Amino acid sequence: MAIIELKDLHFSYTAEEEVINGMNFIIDDRSTAIIGQNGAGKTTFAKLLKGLLKPTKGEILLNGRSTKDMTVAMLAKKVGMVFQNPNDQIFKYQVLDEVMFGPLQIGMDKAAARRNAEEALESVALSGLETTNPYDLGLSVRKLVAVASILAMDTEIILFDEPTIAQDYAGKERLKEIVRKLRSQGKTVITITHDMNFVADVFERTIVFASGKKIADDDTKSVFLKKDILERAYLEQPDVMKISTELGWQESFLTIDEFVGAIKR
Amino acid sequence: MAGIIIEHLKYKYPGTDRLALNDISLSIEEGEFVGIIGRNESGKSSLCQAVAGLIPSFYKGAYGGKVLIGDLEVKKVPVDELCETVGIVFQNPFNQVTGAKATVYEEIAFGLENMGIPKDEMISRIDGAMELLDISRYRDRYPFDLSGGQMQRMAIAGVIAMQPRVIILDEPTSQLDPQGRDEVFQAVQNLCSQGITIILVEHNMEKIAQYSNRVILLDDGRLIDFDSPQRIFSRGDLDQYGVEAPVYTQICKRLGHKMEDTGCYPVTLEEAKTVLRQRKGG
Repeated sequence: MAIIELKDLHFSYTAEEEVINGMNFIIDDRSTAIIGQNGAGKTTFAKLLKGLLKPTKGEILLNGRSTKDMTVAMLAKKVGMVFQNPNDQIFKYQVLDEVMFGPLQIGMDKAAARRNAEEALESVALSGLETTNPYDLGLSVRKLVAVASILAMDTEIILFDEPTIAQDYAGKERLKEIVRKLRSQGKTVITITHDMNFVADVFERTIVFASGKKIADDDTKSVFLKKDILERAYLEQPDVMKISTELGWQESFLTIDEFVGAIKR
Repeated sequence: MAGIIIEHLKYKYPGTDRLALNDISLSIEEGEFVGIIGRNESGKSSLCQAVAGLIPSFYKGAYGGKVLIGDLEVKKVPVDELCETVGIVFQNPFNQVTGAKATVYEEIAFGLENMGIPKDEMISRIDGAMELLDISRYRDRYPFDLSGGQMQRMAIAGVIAMQPRVIILDEPTSQLDPQGRDEVFQAVQNLCSQGITIILVEHNMEKIAQYSNRVILLDDGRLIDFDSPQRIFSRGDLDQYGVEAPVYTQICKRLGHKMEDTGCYPVTLEEAKTVLRQRKGG
């Protein structure tokens, strides 16, 4: 299990505005969702963790070692990131080549890379598309190719940036299964998302960003009960919690099972 | 009049054997807000592109049947003329940006320039669309420097500025935060209340249920149903089509609580609250 520690982390793209403004927290073994308004600094944090950007001040420690002292290639072996837009990630002409590219780049031998790629494609239900050109696929399937490409690298940390965009019911359920499986394998799983129902269903811990700062950090249910925080961060409760809150229940619920079970009691 | 009539529409992408759209017939009233749902690859985006005329003008392939917007048959009208009647906001905003313009303002102006709109009117339309989508502060930014959410708002503004009679939105708010998403849906609903026909593809069933007058359910390129959200989401066979009902409907289905007036399950938060309160004795 990887430990990620942010120490007084700052970042700015321009001299006028800090996008990450002094963040301090530790990401542990709980599956963690990072939520917040557009422009709150979520994707910038992901790029800093991945080493694609360098902190302007402060640092990120990965298992005690500053990412400032690590190259992008070194970080690639530790941190896998599924980009928000799969077109930023995909460039090969065949799905299997695309999914094997990452593992080969981090030094995996060809047989292991192929085995991992095939397993990863199976986990996103894309077996059989190995020789298809990713650009002949719709956005939702292309996003799953991007997910498989990262799973195949078998990194300690997997970071998903808006994974549920364009996914239908089956795609979302598959992503939830993947998160649960990675978690059970001891991987550090982080997602950035605007999909509150996805967070409620599978993420144990939730961190809220607003204007480059962390404004809440707790177990997922506790965070979604902080309505003032949600409002400040342009967020909302998951749908199940909305209805139990609006009906005036003292108890709150994250999932349909929990809520229906309570009504039947 | 800009109602839409689709008659026996069939379409196959080039080099494929499967009908992406398989004998679809339906009609949409002017000023209706219509949601399209279905699993991935069910034909939702293809149907949007066929109504927007991109199928068959841009995407070639085998095409049969017809799509009429008012009295215009879309396949017979060049896309540059059709875009004055129907506008489409793509699923992936990165695909909508022209790449030819240096600022957000110029990007939104692009469609209007091509339509030959007089300068004063262009300025007024662009300012209005930017205000509606709350992106005025980004007017001088380079489009590709915007975040996904900002780019999505810019793409919608570009279409709204062209003032088409029909607006098609393919997952238009997927990259927006929840409050931003609600603002955009409100803006779209306002356009609908002004008589603009809205067609929305969305995987968020709660939003489909909240805003749509009627919902098209597609599967494997075929039209399965076209009815009110209450009747669509009350169907017992949604699983078969890879669709999940809104959370509120799922809760009430599990409890067996239907609405007294319609005999359907609730689909919105308000409807579910009413039913659950009644069942608890108020």
